[in-house]
Amino acid sequence: MVLGIPPGLFLILGALLVPLFPGRWRKPYMLFLPLAGLWYLIGAESGTFLTFSFLDYEIVPLRIDRLSLIFGYVFHIAAALSIVYAWHNDDIIEQIAGLAYAGSGIGAVFAGDLITLFIYWEAMAVTSVFLIWARRSNAAYAAGMRYLIIQVTSGVLLLSGAILMAHDTGSVAFDKMTLGSLATWLILIAFGIKCAFPLLHNWLSDAYPEATVTGTVFLSAFTTKCAVYVLARGFPGTDLLIYIGAAMALFPVFYAIIENDFRRLLAYALNQQLGFMVIGIGIGTTLAINGAVAHAFVSTLYKALLFMSMGAVLYRVGTVKGSELGGLYRSMPLTTVFCIIGAASISAFPLFSGFIAKSLILSAVAYEGYLAIWMILLVASVGAFFHSGIKVPYYTFFAQDSGKRCKEAPLNMLIAMGITAILCIAIGAYSPWLYSLLPYPVKYIPYTTSHVIGQYQLLIFAALAFAVLIRFKIYPPNLKSVNLDFDITYRKWLPAIYRWVITLTRDGWQSILQDLRNGVQKVVQYMFRHHGPEGILARTWPTGSMALWVAVLLGGILLIYYV
Amino acid sequence: MTEQTPHTPDSSGPNSLAPPGNIGKIFWGLIVLSALVFLADALYHKHPSFGIEKLFGFYGIIGFVACIGLILAAKGLRVILMRSEDYYDDKTEGDS
Repeated sequence: MVLGIPPGLFLILGALLVPLFPGRWRKPYMLFLPLAGLWYLIGAESGTFLTFSFLDYEIVPLRIDRLSLIFGYVFHIAAALSIVYAWHNDDIIEQIAGLAYAGSGIGAVFAGDLITLFIYWEAMAVTSVFLIWARRSNAAYAAGMRYLIIQVTSGVLLLSGAILMAHDTGSVAFDKMTLGSLATWLILIAFGIKCAFPLLHNWLSDAYPEATVTGTVFLSAFTTKCAVYVLARGFPGTDLLIYIGAAMALFPVFYAIIENDFRRLLAYALNQQLGFMVIGIGIGTTLAINGAVAHAFVSTLYKALLFMSMGAVLYRVGTVKGSELGGLYRSMPLTTVFCIIGAASISAFPLFSGFIAKSLILSAVAYEGYLAIWMILLVASVGAFFHSGIKVPYYTFFAQDSGKRCKEAPLNMLIAMGITAILCIAIGAYSPWLYSLLPYPVKYIPYTTSHVIGQYQLLIFAALAFAVLIRFKIYPPNLKSVNLDFDITYRKWLPAIYRWVITLTRDGWQSILQDLRNGVQKVVQYMFRHHGPEGILARTWPTGSMALWVAVLLGGILLIYYV
Repeated sequence: MTEQTPHTPDSSGPNSLAPPGNIGKIFWGLIVLSALVFLADALYHKHPSFGIEKLFGFYGIIGFVACIGLILAAKGLRVILMRSEDYYDDKTEGDS
């Protein structure tokens, strides 16, 4: 622990002290925090620490083992890189939110029980939304609000599951679970929301592109990878995850291909990458879990790099819409190179980081004999190569010249992108380093002849297919547009249904009231007709009829009396 | 969907990979490269996990067919999915 404080909390508390640091000391201080945390972790021993009892439940604020450690490493690295990338940014809200968000993510992966996990889980939601709102646009405000509601709902489900779990088993320990009880289902759905499972996914592509230039880089690293970690910890080998992952790996591809906003495209691509990891967790063998974890590690870095490069374009040009970009390599040559390195990594080119991680998952799927899933993964890999590997760099930096001329990205962004790019290549080129950090021992060799040639065939022929489509003008152009996704249900349909129900009830109530009024009016009119001033029964009113009726009554009584 | 400006290479304005001959060179270069990696299948012994992998140039075929299939399917999905940029009220021009 750093100063006796667990690593996640260390960053959160550190974030609270940020306002105390004036001007030029603030950023070095911010960078120091994750580096100090990383320094501590490198020498950390496995075990549980700071354990205490609360209401008869054992709370474990810090659990270090090989699974949590590797996520801890990459989260600290991502936090440090994001801080360097945001060095030019003096918005103190973003600085505090970014650090506290990173701390919450780190705290969550080291949480040894469900209650601690819940606290960090919700802290992630609450801190990260400020990275979206800091954009200070109406769209960002609305997207942030939708994001916050969904994220907090995930936390509420997690807490409900944890309480049920405590009731069922008498323990809140966070370990491997078997899907079956309501508690485990609630927990899985809570994890699934943050992991962007199909139909629970839309917050990701909705909110991330609306965040600030630097905020999206932070966001891309923590929430979803934390979800991958908790799935790997809680539900390894759960068959259902294989099919959920396959759907995740495939469907976002279509959206990414037709998406015009390149940061939204990258959000769909991120969703797709999560699918690969979820499949690995679902397979559950040591090779597959290693693959999922390795993929989480490398994709944190190359997704950050891609979001950084598009962030730099947004910062300099003011837009990342494909329909408005093109030819920027002249203005931003270094950003172009870094973007291509990120693109090559996500495309899993041999010698880049995606290759050594994706290979583990593909092999694990093949060894277990899932032919259909394996084919889906190949197709999904082609999709990832196309939308993130070709489309993003090609239409941003090359293609038709948009005529836009701007300065190269600021130095701090270039440094952050440069370090991330070096990491992407180093990890890919020298696989033993990453493999030695994985939770289980690795005997896998990614660089075999058949593997490398197979991968080159896959990628080069996919590139050829794109070139053919362009040459024959079949390729769909980038159009200013939005594409309907599941969020239409809560952004259009539910509000429409709500308004319809409201209108219906209001109109219905009005007509009921009208009917009541009509009825009362009829009764009153009837009474009035007979008893009113002009009514039949009031005609001889006042004394004549009274005397007559009294005479009749008296006569009647007399008759009865004598009978 | 009234102000869509198609943005394909060659549609208008110079391609940034000018001079024009470069585009052709890249295209033919890709064909040559594809042929090379396709034929490379003859040079080594495969260790297939599935029978289908034994097919000559299997990965190349998958790469080509999948890429065309995905792009055309996505293009087709635009008919159902695509709306104008201001479809959701909170989106304003200039926000990306």
